[in-house]
Amino acid sequence: MTRALALCALVAALLAAAATAASPADLESQLVCPVCGTTLDQSDAPIAQRMKRYIRQRLAAGASEKQIKAELVDQFGPAVLAEPPKSGFDLLAWLVPLGLLAAGAVGVGLIAWGWSRRRGGEGDDARVALDPELERRVDAELRRYDR
Amino acid sequence: MTGKVQRLGQAIAIAGVATLLGLLIWKVAFDNQQGAADKLAKGELVHAPAFSLDRLDRDGTLSLAALKGKPLVVNFWASWCGPCKDEAPVLQKTYERYRKQGLVVLGVDVKDFREDARRFMRRYGVTYPVVYDGKGSTIGRWGIQGYPETFFVDRTGKLVGERIAGAVDIERNREAFERGIALALGDQS
Repeated sequence: MTRALALCALVAALLAAAATAASPADLESQLVCPVCGTTLDQSDAPIAQRMKRYIRQRLAAGASEKQIKAELVDQFGPAVLAEPPKSGFDLLAWLVPLGLLAAGAVGVGLIAWGWSRRRGGEGDDARVALDPELERRVDAELRRYDR
Repeated sequence: MTGKVQRLGQAIAIAGVATLLGLLIWKVAFDNQQGAADKLAKGELVHAPAFSLDRLDRDGTLSLAALKGKPLVVNFWASWCGPCKDEAPVLQKTYERYRKQGLVVLGVDVKDFREDARRFMRRYGVTYPVVYDGKGSTIGRWGIQGYPETFFVDRTGKLVGERIAGAVDIERNREAFERGIALALGDQS
């Protein structure tokens, strides 16, 4: 029973490790070839091929995704990251588009609200301004149809 | 109220379009900075763009300012570049031949792994100074378009001769290479 539990724990730990470990393909889609500007998985440039080899070697040596990215940033600068880091000044690259999106949504909402109010107002005005003679004729026609 | 909201929306939209238009005009009008290579090709007087980078041949940094007064052959290269392998022995020989006249061959290793660059230097017996520019910070100001590229700088810090794109001292550019060295050394003949 104890052995079975230990085996289950080991399998669970291995599965969890496999789920969280970075694959070369993951990293290649998150890093940019410094010469051609496309992600590594899209590039066959000599430096991109070298970087792919480096990633595989470092993963095999047990380096984490974060560690490998840091090493490549040290060599080639932050432009090697396909997505800007979510810290420091680079955080603006994430916050500004979100802020603009939120401002746009609020703007569209306000405009839509204004239009709906104006349309509603026009309807009320129209009811108030209905000509009495016209109203009498409409009522007469409706009564004729009811018969 | 609705009129105000509508006017506000219109003002925001107009401001957005005006900003984008302004950015476009600025980009077209002012953001066309040329690299030194383009200016040199047009015959303009160009000083070698400054840099200060880590050395690969030894510890420490090396700035272009520290080499002021010396004629230079500045070679941009990378270990993954094929033609760079062909020209490395030529550049080493040039360094050895003209060293007594004060000529310095300066290698700038661009967008490369430091370890690969050092291995390359050992393999090809490179003993001239080499700096490391993994981030490519020199590319824009020098106007580098590919690898290798070679420039000649005279004792006053001006670019002279012509930029050599591709491996040096091949049939196509041997004359330009020798003329560049002569101009850098101050030999006008």
